[in-house]
Amino acid sequence: MIGLKLYMLQRLSAMVMAPLVLGHIAVMIYAIQGGLSAAEILGRTKGSIVWALFYGTFALAVSIHAAIGVRVILAETILKNRHALDGLTLAIGAGLAFMGLSAVYAVTAS
Amino acid sequence: MSSAKTMLLVSVWRGTGTQGRYEAFEVPQEDNQTILDVVSWVQQNLDATLSYRFACRVGMCGSCAMMVNGKPRWTCRTHVGKVAENGRIDVAPLRNLPVIKDLATDMDPFFDKWVGAEGHFHPTRTRADPIEAINPESPSRKLADEGIECINCAVCFAACDTVTANSDYLGPAALNRAWTLLNDEKDGDRTGVLDAVSGSGGCHNCHSLGSCAAYCPNELSPITAIAGLKRETARSFFRKGR
Repeated sequence: MIGLKLYMLQRLSAMVMAPLVLGHIAVMIYAIQGGLSAAEILGRTKGSIVWALFYGTFALAVSIHAAIGVRVILAETILKNRHALDGLTLAIGAGLAFMGLSAVYAVTAS
Repeated sequence: MSSAKTMLLVSVWRGTGTQGRYEAFEVPQEDNQTILDVVSWVQQNLDATLSYRFACRVGMCGSCAMMVNGKPRWTCRTHVGKVAENGRIDVAPLRNLPVIKDLATDMDPFFDKWVGAEGHFHPTRTRADPIEAINPESPSRKLADEGIECINCAVCFAACDTVTANSDYLGPAALNRAWTLLNDEKDGDRTGVLDAVSGSGGCHNCHSLGSCAAYCPNELSPITAIAGLKRETARSFFRKGR
């Protein structure tokens, strides 16, 4: 139930996610070395356009990647209707993007 | 001097369409006996109404594939000694295809997908033109050669879990055929083949489980062909943005 365009979208979004995940893990390991409070983290992320772009891009890539992945699972298990699949794929992607970008906004907006 | 023959316990699927059940038969075990020999013995000696399909009996025609003890096999080349479990054999029609009667399946969905994958030759010359010389050592010809021994037995189609879950999926045999055409320098519709395998049931639905290569009786590797199609369609995506 996926053609070339959805396949490429899922692979390309994975390529975007991979370095961002590594960057996230590297920063987390580095940042907590001396102990770090939530207030200190927010102090660095609030008003930062770099962190907003970093995690905003990650949230969008995850939304695309996960929505297509869930679409394939649904198509091969319980949902055979093409239109319902298209609608659910969009809804899952939009829902994940909304939640992800809301979280990014909450920690980066000053 | 005579000795009592060892008997095989053979369960054979009987029925039409989606209705059916296993029926048990006892068949004398022989040396060098194939599963097709067992099925034929039942049909010739115990129940003449048993329906099954075969033709060449030597592994060339691809007609006699069935599920044997739950696995898809070409029955004319499958020896009883290698697959019997404690003298028991279960024989059923091929998975993922509608049953016509007993062990005979309707192969139309399988061959429809060959058509869907644009799996026919697209000539560029007429019979009046000279034959195009192809270097057998060229990389593309070698890739094509790796996949052309397919006998259309549908064993890979029956083995594939993605075919089971996704009725639109073209399946390993049709995609393997598309890959051989894509690498055939004489074929004139590369774009048409790439388009055919890029649709909603195309090569991108393969999860690389590998059952096709594991069960192919001719030891072909459709999974490798499908990986090649994924690479080529991705390249065409970047080149042409489609």
